[in-house]
Amino acid sequence: MTDIGVFKIIPLRIRLAWTRFAGSIQSSWKTLVIWTPFFWLLIFFLAPFFIVAKISLAELVIASPPFSNMVQWVDGSVVTIRLVFDNFIYIFEDPLYARTYVNSLKIASISTVFCLLVGYPIAYGIIRSGPVAKPLLLFAIILPFWTSFLLRVYAWMGLLADQGTINSLLISLGLIETPIQMLYTEFAVYVGIVYTYLPFMILPLYANMEKLDSTLNEAAADLGSGPINTFFKITLPLTAPGIIAGSLLVFIPATGEYVIPDLLGGGNVQMIGRLLYNEFARNVDWPVASAVAIVLLLLLVLPMAVYQHYQAKSSEDT
Amino acid sequence: MVNKPPAPEQSKEQGPSQDADQEPLLQIRAVTKKFGDFTAVNDVNLDIHKGELFCLLGGSGCGKTTLLRMLAGFEAPSSGKIIIDGKDMSDVPPYQRPTNMMFQNYALFPHMSVEKNISFGLQQDGFSKSEISDRIDDILRLVELQDYKKRRPQQLSGGQRQRVALARALVKEPKLLLLDEPLGALDKKLREQTQFELMNIQDKVGVTFVVVTHDQEEAMTLSTRIAVMDQGKFVQIGTPTEIYEFPENRFIADFIGSANIFEGKVIETSANHLRIKTEIGHFDVEHNIEVSKGSHVYIGLRPEKIHLSKQAPEKKTENQILGVIDDIGYLGNTSRYKVRLENGRIIDVTAPNQVRPKNRTHHITWEDNVYIHWDASSSMLLNK
Repeated sequence: MTDIGVFKIIPLRIRLAWTRFAGSIQSSWKTLVIWTPFFWLLIFFLAPFFIVAKISLAELVIASPPFSNMVQWVDGSVVTIRLVFDNFIYIFEDPLYARTYVNSLKIASISTVFCLLVGYPIAYGIIRSGPVAKPLLLFAIILPFWTSFLLRVYAWMGLLADQGTINSLLISLGLIETPIQMLYTEFAVYVGIVYTYLPFMILPLYANMEKLDSTLNEAAADLGSGPINTFFKITLPLTAPGIIAGSLLVFIPATGEYVIPDLLGGGNVQMIGRLLYNEFARNVDWPVASAVAIVLLLLLVLPMAVYQHYQAKSSEDT
Repeated sequence: MVNKPPAPEQSKEQGPSQDADQEPLLQIRAVTKKFGDFTAVNDVNLDIHKGELFCLLGGSGCGKTTLLRMLAGFEAPSSGKIIIDGKDMSDVPPYQRPTNMMFQNYALFPHMSVEKNISFGLQQDGFSKSEISDRIDDILRLVELQDYKKRRPQQLSGGQRQRVALARALVKEPKLLLLDEPLGALDKKLREQTQFELMNIQDKVGVTFVVVTHDQEEAMTLSTRIAVMDQGKFVQIGTPTEIYEFPENRFIADFIGSANIFEGKVIETSANHLRIKTEIGHFDVEHNIEVSKGSHVYIGLRPEKIHLSKQAPEKKTENQILGVIDDIGYLGNTSRYKVRLENGRIIDVTAPNQVRPKNRTHHITWEDNVYIHWDASSSMLLNK
């Protein structure tokens, strides 16, 4: 007997019920698909954020965990909520924090600019390369991710150290007599950040340039525009979304970077990631560490929100 | 065999193309373009005079777009020379050529308004602000888009974009305007309307147009002259009438419009008539070409030049055959008939529907026995 035959034996009412059931499964699937990103953000972003925010409003106590409870029962019937703003006041009063924030933003900004200056021509070159070279070059951009990030930073330490590869080479060539100090300077931190985050600049730029219509360049040339003018008037404005996306992907993680300033900058380069680690692990001051994290988040999120707001507004206008 | 026919008389009326004393505006001299092993354009020569509306017509991959791109400077010829207004263009980059191009996909700058798109080219030439805005106003009036200055390209319809692209290319008053499938992206009604607009605009501004198209109807309507291209070579160059009525070979006769083509042998020659033996009988062909008796020829017959009737034609003519209606394609204004002859050969005949059919049935219908006949002057003697 065929499957259809079997199906026909089942009474119509049951078949209809099945259809309805299948339909409801389908619609609940749809709901699930729509809500998945929200669940994800709720569990892995919003909830941790509120936990950190809560700790930042607590007091340091000698306990485990080392902070006071926000909600406390008094006399068994009164609920009190204690919000302690001391941590934030402390951060704003001690100039060390302000200096470190500014330094972090400065290093992240300059690194972003260098990533852009290096990454833009690379992305453009990949776009212009032939059908054989293109996937190979893209692969090469992603290739460093296959080795451990830490390993790559240690490799840079070996290259930049006083007795490292670069200094030894320069001395053996007779170009310098004593080694140049590169490791444990800001320079080493810039090198590390630019090297590490370059793919995050190149990939969004590549994705953006891929969509660029090359006949627009021809049209500009046809209308009398030389290559340089065409770049600034046509290519650059049209790749702005890629530049912004790539810059954000470099700037945001670079601001909070911990490993690179710690290993390549030593104690000489203060960045907020190291400060946070010190508060959290050395001083075991979770509330201040949390406050440092919250302020960093606001520093990064607020400008972006403002930018997004105006972006949405201007795209409405046109 | 068949010699090339002398240029027909009527071309004297075609105006700009015939100013033979003047140096041609565009001279293409033995231009070849190779991509690796593939020869896209093969040793091509062409003169185009000032004020012409010249069409490069051919199927896809025939080399017409490559030739146009070489005129614009986007591709360099592998060998040969392109001379525009007396100047060799070999070492001149696109942005210094006196040409402007209207691209197939229009290539409007998406981040600029209509106004900015049009002013882009003028700014490169260093015009003053007031002159730029005057010129923009003039050109927008010409293409009837005065009210769309501030719009972005993506806010315009296909037809409007097409006109912005035209305005942007024209506003620099190029010596040569190159148009790559200018009407290709428009729907049929709009295309027909725009064909005439384009001709009017060309007439007003007096710029020389070189149009690339695969659409023979478009080429016929627009151009003063057409070059039909195939496999990187010109097959025939001539006015629309020359190309359609006096095709040189079977390829042209078949590519432009449609034609019934017969192979035959010349059995008699007289002053201006040939008698030709074909698979379907003996026919008279009027000619002005030297053809020797016994030579092998092809004759082409346009479907609309064949008469169709149920009764034997009154005037006794030699070119007459009996057949059966095999199929009818009713197009409204005309009908296409497939007439099956005794030997099984199918002849295409097109006839205008000049009379409204009584009782909603047509005079000639399936399986009718019909006479087909044509004038001796209607058949075209073809090469190859």
